[in-house]
Amino acid sequence: MEKIIKGKAYVLGNNIDTDQIIPAEHLVYSLSDPEESKKYGHFALSSVPISQAGLPEGGHPFIKGDNYQSEYNIVIGGSNFGCGSSREHAPFALQVAGVQAIIAESYARIFYRNCVDGGFLLPYESIEKLNDQIKTGDELELDVHNNILKNITTGKTYNLRSLGDILPIIEAGDIFKYARQSGMIA
Amino acid sequence: MAMTITEKILSKSSKRKSVEPGENIWLDVDVLMTHDVCGPPTIAIWKREFGKDAKIWDKDKLVIFPDHYIFTKNSQANRNVEILRQFANEYSLENYYDVGTERYKGVCHIALAEEGYNIPGTVLFGTDSHTCTSGAFGMFSTGVGNTDAAFILGTGKIWEKVPESIKFTFDGDLPPYLTAKDLILQVLGEITTDGATYCALEFDGSGVFSLSIDERMTLTNMAIEAGAMNGIIAADSVTEAYVKARTNKSYEIFQSDSGAKYKAHYKFDVSKMEPHVAKPHSPDNLDTVRNVQGTKLTKCYIGSCTGGKLSDFKFAAKLLFGNKVQVPTFIVPASTSVARQLEEETISGISLKQIFENAGCIVAQSSCAACLGGPSDTIGRATDNEVIISTTNRNFPGRMGSKKSAVYLASPLTVAASALTGSITDPRDFL
Ligand code: SF4
Repeated sequence: MEKIIKGKAYVLGNNIDTDQIIPAEHLVYSLSDPEESKKYGHFALSSVPISQAGLPEGGHPFIKGDNYQSEYNIVIGGSNFGCGSSREHAPFALQVAGVQAIIAESYARIFYRNCVDGGFLLPYESIEKLNDQIKTGDELELDVHNNILKNITTGKTYNLRSLGDILPIIEAGDIFKYARQSGMIA
Repeated sequence: MAMTITEKILSKSSKRKSVEPGENIWLDVDVLMTHDVCGPPTIAIWKREFGKDAKIWDKDKLVIFPDHYIFTKNSQANRNVEILRQFANEYSLENYYDVGTERYKGVCHIALAEEGYNIPGTVLFGTDSHTCTSGAFGMFSTGVGNTDAAFILGTGKIWEKVPESIKFTFDGDLPPYLTAKDLILQVLGEITTDGATYCALEFDGSGVFSLSIDERMTLTNMAIEAGAMNGIIAADSVTEAYVKARTNKSYEIFQSDSGAKYKAHYKFDVSKMEPHVAKPHSPDNLDTVRNVQGTKLTKCYIGSCTGGKLSDFKFAAKLLFGNKVQVPTFIVPASTSVARQLEEETISGISLKQIFENAGCIVAQSSCAACLGGPSDTIGRATDNEVIISTTNRNFPGRMGSKKSAVYLASPLTVAASALTGSITDPRDFL
């Protein structure tokens, strides 16, 4: 696990559901074929209404042109991030697009589990509402060991909730690695 | 210690005397269900992690229903079904219900009930968020992603955080213009789409136990729309009769203790409730049908695991009988068994299917169809800036296809009444 994650913020609103993260029509691509799975990155967050895409002003597509990777690697969300379907394609799509961490006020259960058990990215919970304090494009620095988010652009620092119970799985890498380390499976 | 029904089932599955909300526990899984969208990646993860000698923990407990993207020319979608087919073949899976064969069933959550996999007191996981539907049978059921499903596939176990429970008591007699859909939409309006994150929704009261199994499944189906882990209704004689007609597996009936702890308890008198919709673009964007009456529509849709059961079509047929729809109206039976019953059930000697066709509806094959948009050739899919009223469960931007479309969620009665006028209409105008 990386100790410090640096990069640019992509800011979203509340209730970002899995249909907005990866629209259902794209769920047909292979997740294991490295070339084909790039399409997930390309279509990541493609159904977020454009007025909501990259707050505060919107109008910032997450992925530009034909790319499959985004210039933004830390997503700042509001409450109930990842609600909707169980599709693991959602955290996968964000990972393929280059997202390393999400920082949101709260998460929907299945999306949160998928992030952790699949080892796709870090789902941090913020203590205060951040999506009205951080702007898309702000330079951020996430200190994973100390649960601190620093906005380099504004100079402000925020404490985040510790990852708690699930930290052992995150530290191991994913649920399989965790189960192997703890002797549950061979 | 007094426990809720959910806590009792989780205690049994984790081989503990008791469990408490917030505890992380390991569960023994009774059934794992998957489908064509999440099955192939689940199998790929399982093979990657368990290697060449990967073993399915218990083949009898794995159930696979292709149902999402099956009637399409999309080659990648068809490849997914082919992966399931080969997997079922390679491992001689009994519980694989292939499309294009007599065994094909349709939407997984309804098929699970019909094929006797829903057993009171058991624990069922599925790679689909609406797996909570099975909770209508007094069991614990919830959705997981592919990685968790792959873990279950290899071990039969999974961790879960014991949920706090929120209770909804519906008392009173349901008036003829109301359905379970109106009740659950009001629950969602009340607690919002994250009001039950990591919680169990428990439904009880005379208004609930007077419902058919079909209607009970409408309540538990949409528990996930409040962010809940599971929805649950204790099994009673209605449940027992349904289960016994389909399987001879043994079951255990659990009830919440009177002193069990709840995060909140909501009470409704159903005799005083009225028809509701969820307006675009969220299932908790509640309003009464009367308040949005007259909104012009381009399409009506009756289908999905929420609103494509026999009970839903009986409601709709009551209004459509002898009348003509004013906008394209899609009838999508959730399962092949429901489709068959549309031909068998009659009103005044005319089959429900005939009633729909006479009214000018388009009757489609059983599958998830446009409930989740799907590939571009999916029947009933939303295009451009359509305005749709639907018996499905989600109206997030783009859920039914075009992200410019607007979807209202409503009961089958409200959708049928609206089909007859071409704009949103209260079913009381026709009853
Ligand atoms: S009918 Fe809709 S909600 Fe139900 S399983 Fe299919 S896609 Fe999901």
